[in-house]
This record gives sequence, structure tokens and C-alpha cells, in this order.
Amino acid sequence: MSGKTLYDKLWDSHLVQQRDDGSALIYIDLQLLHEVTSPQAFEGLRMANRKPWRVSSSLATPDHNVPTTKKERISGVDGIEDPVSKIQVTTLDDNCDEFGITEFTMKDIRQGIVHVVGPEQGATLPGMTVVCGDSHTSTHGAFGALAHGIGTSEVEHVLATQCLVQKKSRNMLVRVDGELSPWVSAKDVVLAIIGKIGTAGGTGYAIEFGGTGIQSLSMEGRMTVCNMAIEAGARVGLIAVDDTTVEYVKGRPYAPKGEHWDMAVEAWKDLVSDDDAQFDEVVVLKSEEIKPQVTWGTSPEMVIAIDQPIPRAEDQEDPVKKEGYARAWKYMGLEGKTTLADVTLDRVFIGSCTNSRIEDLRIAAEVVKGRQVASTLKQAIVVPGSGLVKAQAEKEGLHEIFEAAGLEWREPGCSMCLAMNADKLGAGEHCASTSNRNFEGRQGFGGRTHLVSPAMAAAAAIAGHFVDVNDLVKH
Amino acid sequence: MRPFTKHTGLAAPLDLANVDTDMIIPKQFLKSIKRTGFGKNLFDELRYEDEGQPDQECTGRPLREDFVLNLPSYKDSSVLLARQNFGCGSSREHAPWALDDYGFRSIIAPSFADIFYNNCFKNGLLPIVLAAEEVDQLFVEVTAQEGAQITIDLENQKVTSPTGAEFSFEVDSFRKHCLLNGLDDIGLTLQQEDSIRSYEEKRMNEAPWLFLSREK
Ligand code: SF4
Repeated sequence: MSGKTLYDKLWDSHLVQQRDDGSALIYIDLQLLHEVTSPQAFEGLRMANRKPWRVSSSLATPDHNVPTTKKERISGVDGIEDPVSKIQVTTLDDNCDEFGITEFTMKDIRQGIVHVVGPEQGATLPGMTVVCGDSHTSTHGAFGALAHGIGTSEVEHVLATQCLVQKKSRNMLVRVDGELSPWVSAKDVVLAIIGKIGTAGGTGYAIEFGGTGIQSLSMEGRMTVCNMAIEAGARVGLIAVDDTTVEYVKGRPYAPKGEHWDMAVEAWKDLVSDDDAQFDEVVVLKSEEIKPQVTWGTSPEMVIAIDQPIPRAEDQEDPVKKEGYARAWKYMGLEGKTTLADVTLDRVFIGSCTNSRIEDLRIAAEVVKGRQVASTLKQAIVVPGSGLVKAQAEKEGLHEIFEAAGLEWREPGCSMCLAMNADKLGAGEHCASTSNRNFEGRQGFGGRTHLVSPAMAAAAAIAGHFVDVNDLVKH
Repeated sequence: MRPFTKHTGLAAPLDLANVDTDMIIPKQFLKSIKRTGFGKNLFDELRYEDEGQPDQECTGRPLREDFVLNLPSYKDSSVLLARQNFGCGSSREHAPWALDDYGFRSIIAPSFADIFYNNCFKNGLLPIVLAAEEVDQLFVEVTAQEGAQITIDLENQKVTSPTGAEFSFEVDSFRKHCLLNGLDDIGLTLQQEDSIRSYEEKRMNEAPWLFLSREK
């Protein structure tokens, strides 16, 4: 018999019950909650007169529609100007109070984007199952945890039963071999992967990312990669546990301590795929071939390296692709343009659960330091992923570097990633964004999103259009 | 949950691949804390010329004339014909809620995004995967004849086209059982309370650090 993949191991260790039709009951160790996808789940519990199965398995924080300006934030929930957003945040607070769930409220320095907060607090641990009513829950797979995005009915199901009904996915290995080039980051790697396999390439699979190109990434970089597994169609992204993982978790507030820590570290050693494990699909990329990436269209797979021409609809053979490309060209207003350097940018957004951690901010600051944001830009904002990331950045003086260069320094939240709060694009505006989705209207009605790494976003802010960050920093 | 057994209805062809959940229901409508009322904003950006706001009355809004659901013949559709990777993007259950609230009972496509596919079953909505050629044929038949209806028989896992062609489809037996009987997932899982408790006991010995309470 061949060995097990990391995914197989995580699955087996959480299997409560296998059903005849292939579905199974899987035990959930951690559920993260936020204000958008939880209200109807709590309502469902109340209506059925049910209680959460294990309150201590949940952790909540509002993130999606919290405002990010100081002015609105200073008075907490009461400061939210949009009445509908305010109801949602208040509802989360009330529900957590009622059911006794630990919540980092808007006034708590630990508040932030759920996928930044969980790992930062050591709530996310290797070997866990993690769920959240948000598709980017795949982020937590960077810890060798089995992490799924789920819908609201499933949020309710997990609250009530501590279990999820799941069907096992197939195993895919995406291997990135070799060392990354200067200024090429985890974001470029994952965009290149999506460009290669497509947004449905991972559908039905759990993707394990491996190879030296992945192993050499920091935990934050690994989170960036797993974050976007869903953009390749896979609900689950995974990376094996190694010393980097253990070092990162050590000493975090909710990480195990003392005897428990020793036991845990011993157990985590097994969280790797066996040498003889069989994958249903293997995809290989060479690090040296990965250049800084920019998306040109309305799907993350519509991505190119900065030095490539924008692909044209008429050159596509597949009719569905041809039509999709034509539609994207029109929506993105690319007529008459040949490369992405020809696109004049209106806004720059550095933030989101993909790229709002301290290392992301350090890199962006390094690029803009001593430079000025292009005068043609309407706005460039930096939104840290959590209150603690913000505090750390301020301790290092990064906020001053950003402000001196002409970027706005904001309060933590999802912000312009999905524009549920006041931060959004106007119709027709182009934005260089470090977030993860460039769908039509994602960042605002008619808005045009280009996904990039923090370094590329920072470089674009200075130039006013896309440039290879390598060229910018040389000057 | 409303059971799904057999359904015959008007089919609307949405000829677009990779329809994402932001297209199905844009984010400004996710601010609601209810499960209902999303139907009028289904496909909001594809359907209306202007930008929709939550709590806005939609009857007077300018329509995009060429959008399928704005054509008089498809207005009352209850079956949606779609292209590959339908429902990709976010996990928002507001997407199936909006489809259901509009009046759709089933969606037929060559492939679906995983989370969306899963969310449909929780809401009495039946997503059906057919081969690309079969979906092509349905598109042709539905556009050829006004008022064309499709019949879906879940018990026998069969789709009947307007001209009477029959296509069979796969569905997990557990999901099928729940949908046919309108069963609530949570109630069913709670019947397994003993298995869950004994799993917890075993796991608490192996990995006690997973069961510590997270104090504030
Ligand atoms: S930052 Fe964006 S992608 Fe991440 S959780 Fe928030 S809205 Fe979702």
C-alpha cells in the first residue's frame, strides 16, 4: 500500500463517521466567525432552539465592513456611518455575547481580518481542521491544517454539531522548484500557478504546495499562497509542517504551552506527505521562470508576467475562452493597449487577507521609501490586516514612510478588497491591488482590478502605471 | 427545507462561463442579516444599468435589455442553464439564496465551483452537472423555441429536454435523500451525537491542546 498524503492524514484524523455514499462527518477544531456570513447561522440556531456544541472552538472578529478611517473608527461600532453595516457588526457582537463566544470587537487591538487574526493569535495550529464562512479560509492550510471555506448553512451546522459533512477531495501536488528571483514573492508564485492551471484547475482537489520554492517561503508567504488556492478552484490548500511552521507558532497567545507544547510539536512532525504518497495530479513550476505577475482581466487566471503583451481574444482558439477574453477586454477598457504599462492607474490598494501582514508592508515600504506617489493617482491606501500588524508597522516607522510618499495609512479590515465599506473604486477606474479577486465589480461598481504583489503595487503607485519593480528600484 | 422531487419549468440560457458569486449577488447586498429578499438583486450588475443599493425598490430601475432574464420570454424561468465553473468565487450562501428567492429551482451546467455546488443543496436548489455536449444541446433547444420547458426528475436522476431528449445525471445518495425529503442536515447529524462524543474523547487523549478554552 502506498503512503498517505498530508491531506489524507488530516482527513483520517478528523473522521467521525464514513457514510456509504462517500460523504463523511468530519470533526472541526476551530471555527472563525465574522459579521457577514454568521447572522443567519445564529438566527437558525435560535429558531431551532439549539446551542453551540463547543463554544471554545469558535473565535470571532468583525472585518468585512468595518470602516478604515480614523474618524469613523475612533468611536467603535457607533462610529460606523453606514447604518446597514453597523447593524451587521452589532449583530455579531450581540450573537457572540448571547452564545458566549470569544470576539475581538472593533475596539480590540487584536481585531482584524479573520485570516490574519487566527494565525497571529496561535488560534490556527498545525493538524487542525479550520472552517470559516469565507472562501479564503484556505489560508490556514499554510500551517498543515485542513482549512475549508464554508457557506452559512454549514456555519450553523458546525456551530450546532462541531462537524461538517464533506466528501473527500482528490490529491494534487503543485511543486515549485528552485529559488525565486529578486522581488518575486509568494503572490507572484500563486498567480503564476493559477495562470498555469486556471481558475477551475483545482476544482475537486485539495492542493498541496511543495518544492524548494515553497519551503523557502516564510509563514506569511505560505499563507499568501494557500490564501489563493480557492482562486485555482480548490477549497483546500496545504503546506507541510517544518521548522518554519513550528517557530512561527511558538509563543503565540493561544499556542499550546509547557507539556502540551512538547506533545504537540512531536505530533506535528508527522504532518507531511509520505515519500511514497500518491497524488492524483502533479503540476510543476520552475521558480526561475516566474516573473512579477499582473492580472489584466476579470478572472485571476487572466494573468501575465509584467514583460508580456496582453493576450488578445482573437488569438484564442477555444470559443468559450475567446468570448471570455473579449468580454474582459471590454470591461477592463484595454482597447488600444498592448502591455500593462500602458494602463494609467487611478488607485492603489495594499491590504487584504492575501497581503496585509507585516512582511508585506515592509516590502511595500522599502519600495516607496524616499519616493513620491505619481501625481496622476487619485488615491493609494495601505490597510494593515489587524490591529497588531498596524501597531508593529508603526513601531517600525513604516506608516511614516508611507505617508511621506503620499500613501494613506488606514485602520485594519477588509476594506477595498471587496468594497463593502466606504473604500471602493469608481466606475472605469483602474486599481493595482494586492487582494485576490479581480471579478467585475469586485472593488466597486464598474471598477477595474489588477492583482499584484505588494512590491509591484508599491512600484505602480510610484510610476502611476505598472512597471517591473526591479526596474524601479534600480533607479 | 423545501423538498425537491420533480420539477418542470421554463429554462433561461445564461451563456457565460465562470459566472462568479459577485455576479450572482454583488457584495453590497450581503449586508442583510436575513436569508430572504435577495431575488430582486440576483445578477444585479448584469441585469440593471445602474448600481443597485440595499433596500432599494427595484421596479423603476433601468434594465439591461439584452440580459436573458430581462427578455419577456425568460422572465419567469425556474431552471437556469449555465456554462462551466458556475458559482466560482466567494463562499457566500447569498448566491443560492438569491437564485432561490428569484424562483429558480435548479441550475444545469457542465461544471460548478465546489462551495457553491454544496451550498445549493442546503437550500433546496438542485445543481445538475451534464456533459458539455448535453448542455450545448439544451442551449440550442431552449433558444430555438419560445417557452421551452425542461423537466427534472430527481428520483430517477433524469433531465428531459424540450424536444424529449433524456439525460441522466449523478448526485450523491445522501444529498439526494435530504433533498427529496426536505431534511434538515443538522437534525440528521445530531442523531450521531454518540459518535461525535466518542470521537472527542479519543481525540482529547491524543491531542489535548486542541480542546483548551480560548480565554479573551
Ligand atoms: S480581505 Fe477580502 S478576501 Fe480576505 S476575507 Fe476580507 S473580503 Fe474576503
